[in-house]
Amino acid sequence: MGAAGELAAVVGVGMTKFSSTRGDVSMPGLLREAAMRALADAELEWDDIDAVVMGKAPDFFEGVMMPELFLSEALGCVGKPMLRVHTAGSVGGSTALVAASLVQSGLYKRVLTVAWEKQSESNAMWALSLKTPFQVSINAGAGGYFAPIIRQYMVESGAPELIGCMVAFKDRRHALKNPYAHLQQPELTFEQVVESPMLWEPVRYSETCPSSDGACAMVIADADGAAASPNPAWIHAGAMRSEANNFPGRDEVSPAASRECAADLWRQAGITDPRREIDVIEMYVPFSWYEPMWLENLGFAERGEGWRLVESGETQHDGGSLPVNCSGGVLSSNPIGASGMIRFAEAALQVRGLAGEHQVDGARKALGHAYGGGAQYFAMWVLGSDRPS
Amino acid sequence: MRDVAVIAAASRQEAALLDTEVEFMIPLIAEARDAAGLTQEQVDFTCSGSSDFLAGQAFSFVMTLDAVGAVPPIAESHVEMDGAFALHEAWVKIQTGAADTALVYSYGKTSPGTLRDVLSTQLDPYYVTPLWPDSWALAALQARRVLDEVSVAELAAVAVRSGRVSSVEEYLEQPFAADPLRAADIAAEHDGGVAMILAAGDKARELCDTPAWIRGIDHRMDAHTLGVRDLTRAPSAALAAAGAGVGDAAVDVAELHASFTTQEIILRKELGLGAGTSISPSGGALAADTMMASGLLRIAEASRAIWRGDAGRAVAHATAGPLMQQNLVCVLEGDR
Repeated sequence: MGAAGELAAVVGVGMTKFSSTRGDVSMPGLLREAAMRALADAELEWDDIDAVVMGKAPDFFEGVMMPELFLSEALGCVGKPMLRVHTAGSVGGSTALVAASLVQSGLYKRVLTVAWEKQSESNAMWALSLKTPFQVSINAGAGGYFAPIIRQYMVESGAPELIGCMVAFKDRRHALKNPYAHLQQPELTFEQVVESPMLWEPVRYSETCPSSDGACAMVIADADGAAASPNPAWIHAGAMRSEANNFPGRDEVSPAASRECAADLWRQAGITDPRREIDVIEMYVPFSWYEPMWLENLGFAERGEGWRLVESGETQHDGGSLPVNCSGGVLSSNPIGASGMIRFAEAALQVRGLAGEHQVDGARKALGHAYGGGAQYFAMWVLGSDRPS
Repeated sequence: MRDVAVIAAASRQEAALLDTEVEFMIPLIAEARDAAGLTQEQVDFTCSGSSDFLAGQAFSFVMTLDAVGAVPPIAESHVEMDGAFALHEAWVKIQTGAADTALVYSYGKTSPGTLRDVLSTQLDPYYVTPLWPDSWALAALQARRVLDEVSVAELAAVAVRSGRVSSVEEYLEQPFAADPLRAADIAAEHDGGVAMILAAGDKARELCDTPAWIRGIDHRMDAHTLGVRDLTRAPSAALAAAGAGVGDAAVDVAELHASFTTQEIILRKELGLGAGTSISPSGGALAADTMMASGLLRIAEASRAIWRGDAGRAVAHATAGPLMQQNLVCVLEGDR
């Protein structure tokens, strides 16, 4: 039982304010904003860091090839090891897990990990639409890719039409309690969500994530470092899985890679009933319907029943028994390469009791979740207030 | 630290491959797994390195996953770095105990574009890339400084040994490609890829008669800004070499990822390699340089030197970034 290797814990978290254009900072400035907040939270200096692990989504999003190289000085990497992870949308989560493994291997004591995207530097639609020979492009963007899968879920589960709108409205309400969240829409009504334009049927404009600039950073420390911290978030489990994009019999609504990833996670964490044992969830929901879909896939509800948790309000911050995305989630802030790490970091803030207005009272065990590609890349971790037994 | 060995490798490099990345990686990954006697389901962890900027496509590595065959799902990761760094991630994963075996692969296909221009986008996007200095121009600046300390004859000797020219005379007859660098000073770009299998301890012994044990591996970063660097040095290479324990014993073979003759001269000094070490007997990156794979190919070639019995102790080096900004050093030993 337990995550592999030596004990490790998150002892510092830092995020930037997320917005559509952070024109006030350069790329190095954006990353330093998050990294320095994480160091301050951990009460550490640059010199205390043994290695740096950076993650982001495609380099075309900023138009810089392997930008970690020019960001070396800004992140205090000179003379240190640095790795750059890229695993599609799950990258923020994978990056955190790679950073954790450096500590779990016993080779490094304190690792800084940073994930980011500055989408305003380039044009994401261009970056995702580059033509390559001999490959068919569906020219539909991520929403067009996932819309038929969502429709399949609706047909299979018989979920009411407006479940997606309920998720979107909930996450936008949650965002009002998170000063870093990109979308701040205090006037938004449920009716406005329902009446927003249909972008990729059945996905409405308001059920879709925004495009954001932003960075997220964490400091991960070994057992000694965690013992010196007043509020470490101990890593109880971590897992990654990938599967091919296309193969006969692929379950696109509930991918096998994700189910196996979750099974590994619960095994490591010694969790037999995630619905009862997990206090708060930060999961990757770029399109609203993915909340009930992942709740089922991860084992929080039976297949076809996840939407009932949404409908009954169980996933709300206020009064819900299984709060999901109290930070506002990807639906409220989406600096793509950072979005997975934000989920992982929000899980840390919750079990450290530092989530501010969106804190879940008494949260002691949290799930951080990310996915990417055509729902084929998965990264997850479980954090706890208590040192793993 | 757990004992981890390279137990199989398969590679291919050609000036220009007509196949797509997926097409040329399928047989290489299969060959490496077959050589180790493992199916994909028996591989605990898979890690790869590649670049979207070379493929000209966002998320290009997602396609290449088809060359692995990720059905059923696999535990997998990817770095936007040379495959040598993917190998480091896999080695760390094995150190945690979460895996006993790993598949590592990387590839690059640069023939459809002009790599030296593409590499301009690797520079500071605000202050340097807009000037579009290409990678040869930067290497020429570095070479000019190196030539303050070494003679042209030394560059010629490296070019001849690497098979870029047949004689010093032929070298000297070449016109400058980027003054003071001649064509023979510049690596021959190749498309290609490499796949390797790592295994820990008894598993390695069970699957391989002559495991190439990784005795040390470390990597470090230097500053990016050229103006703050001494271009005749690569301090991160020296740090990585010390971290990997290069100087702890004699080195029989060193496979160096030098894309210019001048960079080999810098590396020999930073790694503390003397006359007793055979430098890049495979021809090294100078003879066949595959962006994103050359570093991992060096580890493959150093492992092969151990498997053949040509070396008892070998060093492999990988680099990334303008003028060798980031360096990885790996020390491999046979059982003897």
